[in-house]
Amino acid sequence: MNALLLDYLPVVIFIGVSLVIGLALLVAPFLVAYQNPDPEKLSAYECGFNAFDDARMTFDIRFYLVAILFIIFDLEVAFLFPWAVSFGGLGDLGFWSMMLFLGVLTVGFIYEWRKGALEWD
Amino acid sequence: MSWQDTLIKVLIIVGQSLALLVALLIIIAFLLLADRKIWAAVQLRRGPNVVGPFGLFQSFADLLKFVLKEPVIPSGANKVAFLLAPLITCVLALAAWAVVPVADGWVIASLNLGTLYIFAISSLGVYGIIMGGWASNSKYPFLAALRSAAQMVSYEVSIGFVIVTVLMCAGSLDLSKVVLAQDTRLGIFGWYWLPLLPMFVIFFISALAETNRPPFDLVEAESELVAGFMTEYGSTPYLLFMLGEYVAIMTMCALATVLFLGGWLSPIPFAPFTWVPGIIWFLLKVCFMFFLFAMAKAMVPRYRYDQLMRLGWKVFLPISLVAVVVVASFLHFTGMAPQ
Repeated sequence: MNALLLDYLPVVIFIGVSLVIGLALLVAPFLVAYQNPDPEKLSAYECGFNAFDDARMTFDIRFYLVAILFIIFDLEVAFLFPWAVSFGGLGDLGFWSMMLFLGVLTVGFIYEWRKGALEWD
Repeated sequence: MSWQDTLIKVLIIVGQSLALLVALLIIIAFLLLADRKIWAAVQLRRGPNVVGPFGLFQSFADLLKFVLKEPVIPSGANKVAFLLAPLITCVLALAAWAVVPVADGWVIASLNLGTLYIFAISSLGVYGIIMGGWASNSKYPFLAALRSAAQMVSYEVSIGFVIVTVLMCAGSLDLSKVVLAQDTRLGIFGWYWLPLLPMFVIFFISALAETNRPPFDLVEAESELVAGFMTEYGSTPYLLFMLGEYVAIMTMCALATVLFLGGWLSPIPFAPFTWVPGIIWFLLKVCFMFFLFAMAKAMVPRYRYDQLMRLGWKVFLPISLVAVVVVASFLHFTGMAPQ
């Protein structure tokens, strides 16, 4: 195993330990708690009515739009991270090329704003 | 390395992980109580005061109560996803703590990509909510999960830009090095909260939104969505969601401490203040941040959903985008960027 991967060993172990704690909590009531299920108790909550139809219905397209926008901007942030870290050693070229990239992105952002993709009313 | 050495190393890491997790969970038990007490005090109530002196053991009593409650899985639910969702929420929230430096050198995994790791893990947090809302197969959880997912990803973006500005000043993704970069002779005035004050404010408000705290708790806007994506949950699955939420709040407090408030550094940079162990300063700062979270919950009325999305996309995103350009230009043209 090389040194780079070995750096991540503690992370894996840490996640493993927290998984054990979480699982223990999750399983505990199934072992110790009183259980007496009946059909009314197990039905989905809908303010006292029986559920009218399946809950997995169509939903507003804007949630999808937000998800798409998020992907664009999150990728951009991920792209900025290495640039920001090595910022001091990049010089003029590094600085101006990222400014150009941000400029292009801002144009896209203004476009989506004008198109009304950010309106919620 | 022989297998014995590996085994010993692994066991040491397991011990450290357990110590950190147990300490974290106990601190959260008391912060949860503090949250309720502060909220009560603002409203001139007493808050929990029955279990133990001043209600100190309230959280532990709650834990016992949750474990002894009947676990109900709705008949229409997708059982595996229904139970997996709270587990994922809780474990992912805890996982972020693997790279948080609580004192000089006190960190489970000193990754040189620590910030990126936390950023990635907190982005994954939305899966627990989506899964929980979808698997319940009930209308309120479904709607709340959609809302919550859109809300969390919206504010994730501005948090990302804010982190980028800090990284430009610090010149490293390693959280320990970010703290050390703030170690100047100026003490509290050398930390990044002062030069990057607008960023600190945006980070704080985005952190509130990211962790679904009031005034952005539209996930469980009880007047509209009953209890949000947790409507169908009870017993420890519900407890795991709440635990995940509070661990995420702690993570955000710790991240704010590391990025803006100098981590484990003493605010006054000479003896006797520098003799105080770093962990004490770190804890004090985290508690201070948590106090701000609690006060925001107690004092600010809840946002409406369209206002929330407008704030995220039309205010914070442009401001933080411009801030990246401003900070970059400043560092570039004054030649102050860390080499």
